[in-house]
Amino acid sequence: MSRAAYLRLATLLLVWAAWEALARSGLVFQGVVPSSLTVLASAASELGSSNFYPHLWRSAEEIGVGFAIGSAAGVGLGTLMGVAVFLGRMAHPYIHVLAPTPKIIFLPVLMILFGVDIGSKIAMGAISAFFPVVVATYDSVRLVPPVLLRVARSFRASRWQTVVKVYFPSMLPAVVTGMRLGLGVAIIGTLLAEIKLSNRGLGFLAIQRYEGFHIPDLYAVLLIIFVLAVAANIAIGRVADRLQRRHVISRRTPSR
Amino acid sequence: MHRWLAPAAGFAVLVLALAALEWAASVGWVSPFLTPPPSEIAAAGWRMAAEEPLASAFFSTLGVVLAATVAAAVMGIPAGWAMYRFPLLGNAYENWVAALFSAPLILLYPLFLVLFGRGPLTIGMIGFLSGVIPVILKTYEGFTAVPVVLVNVARSFNLPESALLRKVLLPAALPTVFTGLRLCFIYTTINVVGLEYLVDVGGLGFMVGLMYDRYDIPAMYAAVTFVLLISMLGFSAAERLERRWGRGA
Repeated sequence: MSRAAYLRLATLLLVWAAWEALARSGLVFQGVVPSSLTVLASAASELGSSNFYPHLWRSAEEIGVGFAIGSAAGVGLGTLMGVAVFLGRMAHPYIHVLAPTPKIIFLPVLMILFGVDIGSKIAMGAISAFFPVVVATYDSVRLVPPVLLRVARSFRASRWQTVVKVYFPSMLPAVVTGMRLGLGVAIIGTLLAEIKLSNRGLGFLAIQRYEGFHIPDLYAVLLIIFVLAVAANIAIGRVADRLQRRHVISRRTPSR
Repeated sequence: MHRWLAPAAGFAVLVLALAALEWAASVGWVSPFLTPPPSEIAAAGWRMAAEEPLASAFFSTLGVVLAATVAAAVMGIPAGWAMYRFPLLGNAYENWVAALFSAPLILLYPLFLVLFGRGPLTIGMIGFLSGVIPVILKTYEGFTAVPVVLVNVARSFNLPESALLRKVLLPAALPTVFTGLRLCFIYTTINVVGLEYLVDVGGLGFMVGLMYDRYDIPAMYAAVTFVLLISMLGFSAAERLERRWGRGA
């Protein structure tokens, strides 16, 4: 094991020991910092109870559908903006300034338009995912190597053929990276919307535990959410890495 | 094609869309309760500016954001430097910091509510936490990207450590550090305004929730628009500052 790995291990142990010491010290209100064993035990009991899974599926449905709508719209508009230059320059300022604004602030508008039920959560996931994807797609269209476009033109490829056979393969890695970001913010947006107003989903479960002051259960739900979010991120990162590698190889071959 | 033609066309489309919305609401195609006509939203905006403590809400949000940003800069830049100066730290923690950058930190807020109570401290802490990570990451990135030649020249002139930092490392790393500070400001703002709305505490975000709870729909749209305008102004100001001061020496 390298020295850095030892240091990481030591850090983990130190944080864990500090947490346990704080939990047992009586310095904070009782129950605010529960022992890690209690938290793990409640995580296990959450995962073991049949009450947990409807919440998980509801969140998965909201995030999945919202992310699919948002990233499809993002790829569509981003490609259009990149190919149709004038349209791109028309829309870009608005996308550019809206992209870093806090999306959760739109939740009341979405609740009015799509109802307080699952509709507004899906919409929240969709607009959260939309912006990173549209920005990445638009940038990736403009970075398509001109050589490839000239080759396509010299083969008299139609506009549609150029988009499908040249633009899409070349854009893929950057778009997947944008989708990775988009999935992350879609998870956050959807869960926050559930926390604010809902009666089902992991966000609702967490805030219900908080309001009932079931602190170990709250930590357990947050732990489960974090593990799932990290797993989703790693999975899409793997896909991105694979595409990146294939792209680099295929880029190199024709230019040499 | 003129440079301003496309932005002008974009603006015209925006104006047309607003006019269409106004017209659709006036003939009853869309419910004026759900999507109030823009004129009513603008009127509600004026009404809010007169009746509600908009200015104090704005300054309360701005205060928390600035405090969190400054704290993130004060702690993040030295942390990033330490990771560069002591490669053991950098090797050990770089991946962790990068992983935290994509972690949904704001979801930890119920935990922070438990620890720090329902107030500005919780909001500021979440803002700080989400802002300090890009500062650390970008500072480290900036320092590691400083050309080795520059450092070697400085060492051959026997520069003391502090002068090396002041005269070589910082100026060379400055543009990347500024990018980190801009990201920090953006992340802090998003998290602070979002949390204000979620926990109904504090400034602008709280205002949006308040109007929704009162069913004052035009005022709610006005409040959302106001938050958007403020964040747009803030972000473009940050971008401009970065361009002016972050060019490096």
